[in-house]
Amino acid sequence: MHDDDIAVTMNVNGERRRARVEARLTLADFLREECALTGTHLGCEHGVCGACTVLLDGDAVRSCLVFAVQAEGARVTTVEGLGGPDGALSPVQDALRAEHGLQCGFCTPGFVVSITALLAENPNPNDQEVREALSGNICRCTGYQGIVKAVQRAVSS
Amino acid sequence: MSGLHSAAGRFVGQSVLRREDARLLTGHGSYVDDIVLPGMLHVAFVRSDIARGRITRVDVEAARALDGVHAVLTSDDLNPRVESVQMQPTMLASMPGAPLRPLANGDVRFVGEPIVLVVADSRYIAEDACDLVEVDIEQLPAVVDFERAADDTHNLVHAELGSNVAQDMAPPVHPDLERVLQDAPNVVTATFHQQRQTNVPMEPRGVIAAYEPSDGALQVWMSTQNPHEVRLACARVAGVPEQLVRVIGRDVGGGFGQKFFTGREELTVVLAARVLGRALKWIEDRRENLIASNHARLDRGTATFAVENDGALLGVFLDHLEDCGAFPVGGTGATGGFVGILFPGPYRVPLAGFHTRAVWTNTCGRAAYRGPWMFETVAREQMMDVAARAVGIDPLDFRRRNVVQAGELPYTSAFGMTLDTVTPAETLEQAAAIIGYDEFRVEQRRAFETDGRLSGIGIGLYVEPTSMGMMDPLSTDAALVRVQPTGKVSVHLGTGSHGQSIETTMAQVVAEELGIDFDDVVVVQGDTEPTPFGRGTGGSGTAVIAGGACRAASAEVRAKALDIAAHLMEASPADLELADGRIAVRGTPSRFIAWAEVARAAHLDSAKLPPGMQSGLEATATFKAPPITWSNACHICTVEVERATGIVRVLRYVVSEDCGVMINPMVVEGQIAGGVVQGIGGALYEHLVYDSDGNPLTATFLDYLVPTATEVPVIEYGHVETPSATPGGHKGMGEGGAIGSPPCVFNAVADALALVGATVTRTPLGPTAVLGALASSYTPAP
Repeated sequence: MHDDDIAVTMNVNGERRRARVEARLTLADFLREECALTGTHLGCEHGVCGACTVLLDGDAVRSCLVFAVQAEGARVTTVEGLGGPDGALSPVQDALRAEHGLQCGFCTPGFVVSITALLAENPNPNDQEVREALSGNICRCTGYQGIVKAVQRAVSS
Repeated sequence: MSGLHSAAGRFVGQSVLRREDARLLTGHGSYVDDIVLPGMLHVAFVRSDIARGRITRVDVEAARALDGVHAVLTSDDLNPRVESVQMQPTMLASMPGAPLRPLANGDVRFVGEPIVLVVADSRYIAEDACDLVEVDIEQLPAVVDFERAADDTHNLVHAELGSNVAQDMAPPVHPDLERVLQDAPNVVTATFHQQRQTNVPMEPRGVIAAYEPSDGALQVWMSTQNPHEVRLACARVAGVPEQLVRVIGRDVGGGFGQKFFTGREELTVVLAARVLGRALKWIEDRRENLIASNHARLDRGTATFAVENDGALLGVFLDHLEDCGAFPVGGTGATGGFVGILFPGPYRVPLAGFHTRAVWTNTCGRAAYRGPWMFETVAREQMMDVAARAVGIDPLDFRRRNVVQAGELPYTSAFGMTLDTVTPAETLEQAAAIIGYDEFRVEQRRAFETDGRLSGIGIGLYVEPTSMGMMDPLSTDAALVRVQPTGKVSVHLGTGSHGQSIETTMAQVVAEELGIDFDDVVVVQGDTEPTPFGRGTGGSGTAVIAGGACRAASAEVRAKALDIAAHLMEASPADLELADGRIAVRGTPSRFIAWAEVARAAHLDSAKLPPGMQSGLEATATFKAPPITWSNACHICTVEVERATGIVRVLRYVVSEDCGVMINPMVVEGQIAGGVVQGIGGALYEHLVYDSDGNPLTATFLDYLVPTATEVPVIEYGHVETPSATPGGHKGMGEGGAIGSPPCVFNAVADALALVGATVTRTPLGPTAVLGALASSYTPAP
């Protein structure tokens, strides 16, 4: 705790979170360390891989490029906030499972959030729109085959 | 998906959805960075920004004075403690290798080499402190160009080794080979370069090490493919007896070979934790991962084929050179021996020879990356197309002319390797049929002649040595199959799953073997404490070796269960069968006893056991693989080359493969897809670039380009299922996708460029390379 720490309050997955943080603390580190929500992963910390994607007031953002203090007053949704109670999978999560859209799982939370944001904005994307929307998330295991199919499955379900 | 499923069982052969998924999809996985220990401190490294030089001054006083900093360690603090300790992997301890050291001591040998280790309250403060460390380095000429390294006797990467040559192997060349390489009707030579790449697991490396002085125990969490090897290495480096070391790697975010052995930084952090007596965490960032974890694939090969006028291969020779970098983890990192002996591949090649050399350079060290020796397939398959064009035969027909046919098996290569249950000819035909090879040729010609469009088709055909049993401890795995009093089963494996779905596939195998429900079997792995010693996860070995161990342990459990059931039912064990959670008299299904009842008797009611039988129902068994279990595949893809921009688009991609009996076809196809896309990245995009002083220029994902969803085609699969001779009939297949794809894509691009007489010899085939090739052989569009 430092004298120049800044008070921040935000709503994370429906819960109010308050803390005093350094101005330079990223939103990703805030979520992982202050909120113990470790589903948000850091794969590059320079805004390319998309593993740290969260919803900030409904928009998909890279939480490694946002400072926690920038989320003051915002509504943040992480991968932990997208499933149902008792571990039930969301339609997007369920589709990724059904289509083998994950292997090691490290990039997966970012894809879950990006796909959720895509379908909220465009409930019926075509293949090109799906691939464009996912181009900000890197997966090294699946070759994107199951991920693209999962979006199609989620659309039709 | 096409092909046949010859051996589908109740669970084996089914695309069972994955056990692993629910926790990973909801953000409840447990990767190393998710672990927080009380009082844990954070590590960051000061790294060299000079490729080769003498360290003249290291001043850490300002860093030590920073609030929140607990320790700033240099080589003087750590290196003397491990002077007589082997940092190389256990299995390579007696092999030649780089002189590994925890921190740079006296000199630096590549950009990124760790010099100082900082320990602080947070990663933020640790990095602040790194900025306060002053290091002066007197720069020396760096050995960067691997093609000139061997001849440089003045500037040595490792002065103590006396040469920049890490390996030089030249088996005697048969006089008949020398003759055909001189006198054959066609002697074709070409040189290919494959560029420096790296594995890029989405989770970089990471470690937490906690030493407890009161009981002398060391607990380590690591992102690893191989927990039991990590345990051995940590025990050596920390000087802690192995039985007091526990290594956990619950969820691991990819590895592709990078995490098979124990990295230098991880071992240095473990050593520091032992010295300081504090729990330390180090999480690698992406820049560190790209410049200092490991590199791979930097090869040059000159292939010479002697070919009869009818297209028959008479003899082949490969002159191979590879770059080992400075500090490979895993001996020299050289793969040339495998490259050489596998070079003939799936073809009938009467005479073959090779010469391979590996060199040290002042760059990041070379290590395994999915199919580490795959340059044999790159050089051979690219040369097959060059030779086919030279003798005027279509590349598909040229392969048909030379591929080993079913009737020729077992076929022993010129290097004495025997292909047995493989189907290269069948997969070649299946892939060609799926993609419509002949129809594409017609369309390719039409598109070129009417619109000037450049499209091409490429083939990558290979046999892959998997599950190799010739080198301990990679040869062997162990499984503990434990039946609980309720009949529920846990399977304990020494594996380090990092995306391979082992918690699912090995549960399928055991459920099948015991005739119980899949949901009643759980797999425990990624932790040295509850599991028997194992080989780790890599080398396309899980299905055959861990699977073999699961079957062996299940067989022992089953035998005891049948004895108990026979005693209770007054039947002969030979007359009983296990299925659907029951042990029943064969042919009289109404006479049965529930599996759970047998398990209960085994644990809780010894009076019900046969005379003399002890309680309990579990078994640990090991399985040693045969020397090689071959799998094989054929990749064929089509591409379009945009003449104005040089951009290559992959249009269709077909893989026909034979990995024997598939445990889980969904998982098999997932593994293939991941490998193929890594190979597409290698053929077209990914390139780790150094400048001539040894500075890495591609240290972010904006510069090192891995494929995204917009670059990849839909992958189409064909399966040929030829059982291997191993238990269950499986073959390894985790690496193959990444082996066949680079030459497949290269050949398709080369095929397109050949329409205008342009040639390429090196990857990646990015727009600049393609435009350069087009410009150097400009032909006006018709």
